[in-house]
Amino acid sequence: MDLLRLITCGNVDDGKSTLLGRLLYDTKSIFEDQWDAVQRASERRGDTGTNLALLTDGLRAEREQGITIDVAYRYFATPRRKFIMADCPGHFQYTRNMVTGASSAQLALLVVDVRNGLTEQTCRHAFLATLLRIKHLIVCVNKMDLVGFEQAAFDRVREQFMAYAARLDTADIQFIPISALQGDNIVTKSAAMPWYEGAPLLYTLETVYVRNDANHVDPRFPVQTVIRPQDPAAPEFRGLAGQVASGVFRPGEEVLHLPTGLTARITAIHGPAGPVAEAFYPMSVVIELDRDLDISRGEMLARPNNQPTVGQDLDVLLCWLGTKPLEPARRYVLRHTTCETGCLIREVRYKLDITTLHRNQDGTPLTMNDLARVSLHTAVPLFFDSYKQNRQTGSILLVDELTNATVAAGMIR
Amino acid sequence: MFHLQLSQLDLLEHEAIHIIREAAVQFPQAAILFSGGKDSLVLAAVARKAFAPARPPFALLHIDTGHNFPETLIYRDQIARDFGYRLHVRSVQDTLDAGRAAEETGPNASRNAIQTTTLLEAIAELQLDAALGGGRRDEEKARAKERIFSHRDAFGQWDPKNQRPELWNLYNGRKKHGEHFRVFPLSNWTELDVWAYIAREQLPLPSLYFAHEREVFLRQGTLLAVSPHLPLQPGESARRERVRFRTVGDMTCTGAVRSAAATLPEIIAEVAAARQTERGTRYDDRRSETAMEDRKRQGYF
Repeated sequence: MDLLRLITCGNVDDGKSTLLGRLLYDTKSIFEDQWDAVQRASERRGDTGTNLALLTDGLRAEREQGITIDVAYRYFATPRRKFIMADCPGHFQYTRNMVTGASSAQLALLVVDVRNGLTEQTCRHAFLATLLRIKHLIVCVNKMDLVGFEQAAFDRVREQFMAYAARLDTADIQFIPISALQGDNIVTKSAAMPWYEGAPLLYTLETVYVRNDANHVDPRFPVQTVIRPQDPAAPEFRGLAGQVASGVFRPGEEVLHLPTGLTARITAIHGPAGPVAEAFYPMSVVIELDRDLDISRGEMLARPNNQPTVGQDLDVLLCWLGTKPLEPARRYVLRHTTCETGCLIREVRYKLDITTLHRNQDGTPLTMNDLARVSLHTAVPLFFDSYKQNRQTGSILLVDELTNATVAAGMIR
Repeated sequence: MFHLQLSQLDLLEHEAIHIIREAAVQFPQAAILFSGGKDSLVLAAVARKAFAPARPPFALLHIDTGHNFPETLIYRDQIARDFGYRLHVRSVQDTLDAGRAAEETGPNASRNAIQTTTLLEAIAELQLDAALGGGRRDEEKARAKERIFSHRDAFGQWDPKNQRPELWNLYNGRKKHGEHFRVFPLSNWTELDVWAYIAREQLPLPSLYFAHEREVFLRQGTLLAVSPHLPLQPGESARRERVRFRTVGDMTCTGAVRSAAATLPEIIAEVAAARQTERGTRYDDRRSETAMEDRKRQGYF
């Protein structure tokens, strides 16, 4: 069985909670005691019917205010696949939350109300999903029951969306007409929409082809820590522990160490269950080399003929997450792969309006949920690739030195 | 499996190893919170693999409420010995004797909440920068929102409304003196994943998880074990039943389920078909709608 990580987004009244509730319910992922607790809580609050949002709104503040504040993770499985679902709030700090949820997702589920057509909110969700390099989008055109299951209404939304998506860098977009409330095209094909020739939602989720999504081309191994047992039984052992960021590493191959540029040959790769013949993303392994190079955390193994960019100046699309605005004169802590260093923001080149995709150069400060293209200068050279090519070596976080809060997430251009 | 692809259980194991190693590097002093339950067992087992052939740079820390099942304590000592971990035990009774916490009273009295005091004292005494726990997001709705690297302030408090965003596989463990982190490497595992892993790795388990005959009684819909810590109330009567436990906590708050599952495959089949959550048998979660969040805010596990 394999694993699919997905993110769900939608407007408040587009029926996202109903859809999630139905997916969980129909895959038998809601337990009786959870269901009873949600029903009791709904009654106590005076909600009409069972409030499915209470399944995921787990925090006291969320339940009191009736809003989703934070990303919630839900788990469900079918005999084919296990799903990890990041459920993102509809509009509360949506950029911050959606970027967080999308950073590890392979697929985005966008829920739209067929009666409203394409809204600004949906455009933003689609834009952020593609910005974070989610390769598969499924647009669930919901509430088909309220338009008489008419194909024309569905086609209208699809055409609007495709016109917008022409400006996005997306590979795979699918549209499914559904009624989350009535269960049409969720688990089984809807008899009310014979004109729809595609598969229902759950089957689509189970069969989306994601095996080609990881980068298996560019070998990158950020060194996390060095393992040296203080054990007389293994006095010579010196292994480099880390998670393969991309590419494939095999025993016998030559690797290049950054920053020194020295080369060595891999003698063995140890996985959790013992030696392995190859290591690829996202395996956590220990690599042994034939030469005793001086290697420590924050450094990288690559290949002599396939190396990352080495440099201190980064062109980054930054999403500001912090409650306080960016202070351009200040030093921030930067985290990139296993490396932590300082950085300065040299220039905010423009802010990006994610609704219109316009570039705004009015010089206003960067505040929470803003996206901006910035130039960064780091205290030490980094070994990086563009985010577009490599999610692991192309992503950074900025941390406030005084509060230790994570204040920004960046994608290297 | 197909070329260059991992099963979901392997993916979860690789992710947990990455998180455990990251905790070891970012926090000079860290310990694994070991309850003797299945989740902390899996955590202790994965942590061993993360540093092989070296020993994991963690000790085990057990907060002994004095209300544990005797089987749990025997098992705890055996795992620490067999896995090669140093074991710290800190006792709620000592906290009570020193007058730093007060025992609850009444028929449902439990030491579940006051063990937080002992835990925070142990973290301060051992100067821990981080405590690794086996908590999972599918367990409970407040846990579903908690970060993998979860910050605690100088009072041990969790602030669910002010959590650090967590993106990609980058974890921010920076903290001020006196603060600490809770780290949850098994966040993305489900109950079924934990069982599947235990079966695959053939990990030893306490006998409580397997069906056995025990004296139990019914209180507010929960089957509780008869013990000196839980005096029977008027109208309650003990009877022998064939039961097992889906989670293992204190005798005062852990409910049993009627079961005939005596082997791992039988347990997995039972869990896969279960229509109740595992914490549905936990008395401590039932005190209010947000019982877990309220305890976690104070510094609970």
